[in-house]
Amino acid sequence: MNLPILSLLVLLPFVGAVLAPIVGRGGRDQLVRQFALAVSLVTFGLSIYMWMHFDATSAEYQFVERHAWLPDFGISYHVGIDGISLLLVVLTTFLTPIALLCSWESVEKRVIAFSFFMLALEAAMIGVFVSLDLFLFYVFWDAMLIPMYFLIGIWGYERRIYAAVKFMLYTMAGSVLMLLAIIALAYYHQTVTGVVSFDLVDLYAITVPVQMQTWFFLAFAVAFAIKVPLFPFHTWLPDAHVEAPTAGSVILAGVMLKMGTYGLLRFAFPLFPQAAMAWAPVIGILATIGIVYGALVAMVQPDMKKLVAYSSVSHLGVVVLGLCALNVQGVQGAVYQMLAHGISTGGLFLIVGMLSDRRHTKIIAEYGGLKAVTPKLVAAFLLVTLASIAVPGMNGFVGEFLILLGAFRSPFISHPWLAVFAATGVILSAVYMLWMFQRVNYGPVTNPKNRGLRDLSVREWIVIVPIIAMAIFMGVMPGVFLKPMEPAVRKVVQHIVGAAPSMNAGTAETPAQTGTR
Amino acid sequence: MLLLIPLIPFLGFLINATIGRRWPKSLSGGVATAAMGLSFGVAAMQVWHLWHLEPVHGVRAIEQTVFTWLQSDTLTIPLAFRIDPLSSLMILVITGIGSLIHLYSTEYMHEETDSEFARYFSYLNLFASFMLVLVLGSSFPVMFVGWEGVGLCSYLLIGFYYAKPSAADAGKKAFIVNRIGDFGFILGMLLIFALFGTLNFQDVATAVSQLPTEQHWGLITIATMLLFLGATGKSAQVPLYVWLPDAMEGPTPVSALIHAATMVTAGVYMIGRNAVLFSHAPETLGIVAVVGCVTALMAGTIGLVQNDIKRVLAYSTVSQLGYMFLAMGVGAFAGGIFHLYTHAFFKALLFLGSGAVIHALHGEQDLRKMGGLRKELPITYWTFLIGTLAIAGVPLFSGFFSKDEILWKTYESGHIVLWVLAVLTAFLTATYMFRLVYMAFAGERRGGAGAHGHADAHGHAAAAQGHGPDAHGGGHLHDAPPAMAIALIVLAIGSVAAGYVGVPHVLKGDNRIESYLEPSFVAHGAGAAETAMVTGGEGAPAEHALAAEASAGEHGGSSMEMMLMIFSVLVAGAGILTATYFFKWKPEAADSVAASMSGVHSLLLNKYYVDELYNAIIVQPIKRVSTGVLWKGVDAGMIDGTVNAVGLVVRGWSAVLRRLQTGSVRAYAMSLFVGVVVIVGYYLSAWVR
Repeated sequence: MNLPILSLLVLLPFVGAVLAPIVGRGGRDQLVRQFALAVSLVTFGLSIYMWMHFDATSAEYQFVERHAWLPDFGISYHVGIDGISLLLVVLTTFLTPIALLCSWESVEKRVIAFSFFMLALEAAMIGVFVSLDLFLFYVFWDAMLIPMYFLIGIWGYERRIYAAVKFMLYTMAGSVLMLLAIIALAYYHQTVTGVVSFDLVDLYAITVPVQMQTWFFLAFAVAFAIKVPLFPFHTWLPDAHVEAPTAGSVILAGVMLKMGTYGLLRFAFPLFPQAAMAWAPVIGILATIGIVYGALVAMVQPDMKKLVAYSSVSHLGVVVLGLCALNVQGVQGAVYQMLAHGISTGGLFLIVGMLSDRRHTKIIAEYGGLKAVTPKLVAAFLLVTLASIAVPGMNGFVGEFLILLGAFRSPFISHPWLAVFAATGVILSAVYMLWMFQRVNYGPVTNPKNRGLRDLSVREWIVIVPIIAMAIFMGVMPGVFLKPMEPAVRKVVQHIVGAAPSMNAGTAETPAQTGTR
Repeated sequence: MLLLIPLIPFLGFLINATIGRRWPKSLSGGVATAAMGLSFGVAAMQVWHLWHLEPVHGVRAIEQTVFTWLQSDTLTIPLAFRIDPLSSLMILVITGIGSLIHLYSTEYMHEETDSEFARYFSYLNLFASFMLVLVLGSSFPVMFVGWEGVGLCSYLLIGFYYAKPSAADAGKKAFIVNRIGDFGFILGMLLIFALFGTLNFQDVATAVSQLPTEQHWGLITIATMLLFLGATGKSAQVPLYVWLPDAMEGPTPVSALIHAATMVTAGVYMIGRNAVLFSHAPETLGIVAVVGCVTALMAGTIGLVQNDIKRVLAYSTVSQLGYMFLAMGVGAFAGGIFHLYTHAFFKALLFLGSGAVIHALHGEQDLRKMGGLRKELPITYWTFLIGTLAIAGVPLFSGFFSKDEILWKTYESGHIVLWVLAVLTAFLTATYMFRLVYMAFAGERRGGAGAHGHADAHGHAAAAQGHGPDAHGGGHLHDAPPAMAIALIVLAIGSVAAGYVGVPHVLKGDNRIESYLEPSFVAHGAGAAETAMVTGGEGAPAEHALAAEASAGEHGGSSMEMMLMIFSVLVAGAGILTATYFFKWKPEAADSVAASMSGVHSLLLNKYYVDELYNAIIVQPIKRVSTGVLWKGVDAGMIDGTVNAVGLVVRGWSAVLRRLQTGSVRAYAMSLFVGVVVIVGYYLSAWVR
């Protein structure tokens, strides 16, 4: 493979972003919309092309490009993907065109800037997933914040500035810690090997002393925990979501939250395996609290977007629990759930956006009886809701089931108990989602403003159908996604667990077998 | 081939969910009904094929894998279907009775608009499809797909008249209560996988048959208890039965199909499917029996005083399901499934009959406003009476055979207290059912033509369109139209005939259904039976022994069995007589009894206040804590309070930031551009160097 496909994937949206102001000169808003959509679609096509050429049986990094960049500092332009990052890149390229298309009419002001930021964001997000150099990763990580900051701050709702600043400060607070840890780690590499290196593969190879691991691990983990967001670092999320425009929410929930879980899996856990194993129970407990807590708080929210935001806290808690299981099923489930949550929660924000486009409110009590008014929109709403509450046959079930199975059997998080508490999310998610669904769509039309709302437009069909189709496809054919990631997941798990040979029971035989007699 | 059985109704669903919405009713209803009929045909062919198979390891079964659904590490879940005696009976019931109810619905739902009509049938087809997946699945997760799928369809169909808040509430309640059960089901699956490393029913049975029976609470007991929690949700048992009476908000044919004949029996089926596993946990079985018995009795008492015709039948369903669990709990798996099968006929018949009454009365469901319908609705009356005789346990009708089997097995297994309660329930059953018959069909009409206004129960479309007084007025009522009448008559025949596959030995029958089903309740597979024998003849072999004993005719027990049978017939007769006295001969006596025991009466009328109790001790506290403590307290108060305090510290900095926010995109773009130039320039220079 001679084509530098990963660089192209980053460059394409970036160049598109740079060209957007030129294309849109003289207020040609429609043209710039079409241009941005076309760029994102080509990017998506390219990512699919990449998937087709991806060797799903290999755990190695593929499409690797490595160029010296700042050799004095051990920094190189090193990109590559394995099965885990492949899927997340595809998720990014899948959601970006949808996010652009959903803003077709709702974003009317500063269309050029909007297109610029969306494409720049896509480039940075892809960059995060493909980086194999910690410095490069950090550059993309921070670069990603800027467009999102502006997307919330400019195109958001009433309290957008507060939300944008809160989002920025929260994330930056974590990032600063991580940056320090990254630099320290690179120089620790020098004390061991004699050369500074920010290269992930180099850093995987060294063993950091256990005491030092704890500090490194915590610095990384806090940064990622904020991003996830893990309880109790989550309070930026509801504000950011409520104020963000629909496209921002879709990308934020769909992709950016996964940066946190991806970071844990790619960096924090395998770089510091002993610390990861030691801290897995703590993180697992926080994740489980987040599952129940997020669901309970979601239940009583009067605002649809806030409800979905808190549901994300709950769902991402499930993902983190799967990671903490530190076995193949748990981690595979976690990666799967990242994708599934991206699709279903992205879908929920799209639906809320469509409602809010029509009625300019996100308050549940303002609605009621929509099924009689906009049956097609409600049908889509129902399907996305079912995906979100993990009905088997839809995408959410596969991830949740694997995560619970992994967590249930994991010796790292004291076997079944966290899974038992986490499984209450099954009940609670049905409670808050169906309750919202009922209040919005069933009953008589009580508010006269809801009469005569238009049903889905053609554009909205094109936005929501891929989401629903993907939610069902992922539920019926999970193997398409589980297979390519399995070697990579197995490798990561073995890398982490292999650091303590005595504790690798969770991946092998069923330990409880003897307990029956 | 097995795939076709659920696939055909699924295709029917797809058609009616999409293009069917624009079709006329005859076409969309026809497609849905034909899909069910076709599915029945395929199912019958497969069962015929099954009957002619040579048994392998003592069991006839056909298993087919469609594809590998889920694979991760040591977990492999193929989408695989399997028919054996147990599931063959289930698919015949589902597709057979399902077809009749589809046929009935084409007439019953005729007042809906075309698109609502298609929506109804799409849900009904989807339900049938998931139900077939549930019973055909060869592993827990595949069963769970059907399990949650039928719950979803139940949710959609209960809330079919979505504009009615009570219907929407009832649908949500059903789904959530079922999810509480599913929580148990999921954990049960996890534990079983942890114990046995597989989720395939046959493999689990084989593995467990090599273990000794758990005499005390062990992991198998916990796993089966968790699964049973799932069953109490789906099959409406104590403590999770509360959703089923509310589910009567759905259209009546839905109540017949989903909330009587098929879906609610899934919990019973699941225990039957895992008979070997449950047999190894006698503690669980004991609890199953007690829960079943308590549910049967409790629901029976509530049914005694309800005035809504469908609610009486709903509580009766809960009660009969209790019987089935009682049977499972005392190890009479075949008896429980036998009752499931006969109940499917007579309860579907009773619900459809009540639907015909409601249809004729334009939505009236209150028994107090009925009366005298015998002359005006003869087909409905006679078929309903047959169903009532069957459920009351009158000899020669199907319910007699299956109920008696359960009573006898309960007695035989030494659960005398449970047997007494079950007999008492039989008395109550006969009483409340005949009360219903007398109130609806005997005497004179009490409601009169005023029934017009009660369209609320029969749906919003009916309310919107209304009924022309020219068609239905004048007190003259129309009996079930052909499509409905056919369904009623066929089910009435079934309600009589279905019992004759299980005539007990004591009546010179050969209880064919028991010997047919028995192989499904014991472990098979390579050498499972032999190892089980070696390990000491407990559990599965005990089941064998029991069956052998039963089929041998057991001389000691037969006279006892005969006496108990006569006794239970007398009890049923007493129940009928009681109802006749209070509701035919001396109606005023019923009122005076109710008045003299007003405390008990209102306790029963209000269903023991269980809903209110759940609301007060579970629902409201959770809402209050979530709002007051978690959201406003922890989230907004503690966490954000801390964050904002930190924010205050850096306020000076943010004031600077705010000045930079000029709101002009050009300024933003410019600053960004400058930043990019600086950074890129630096990197480039470094690169060049």
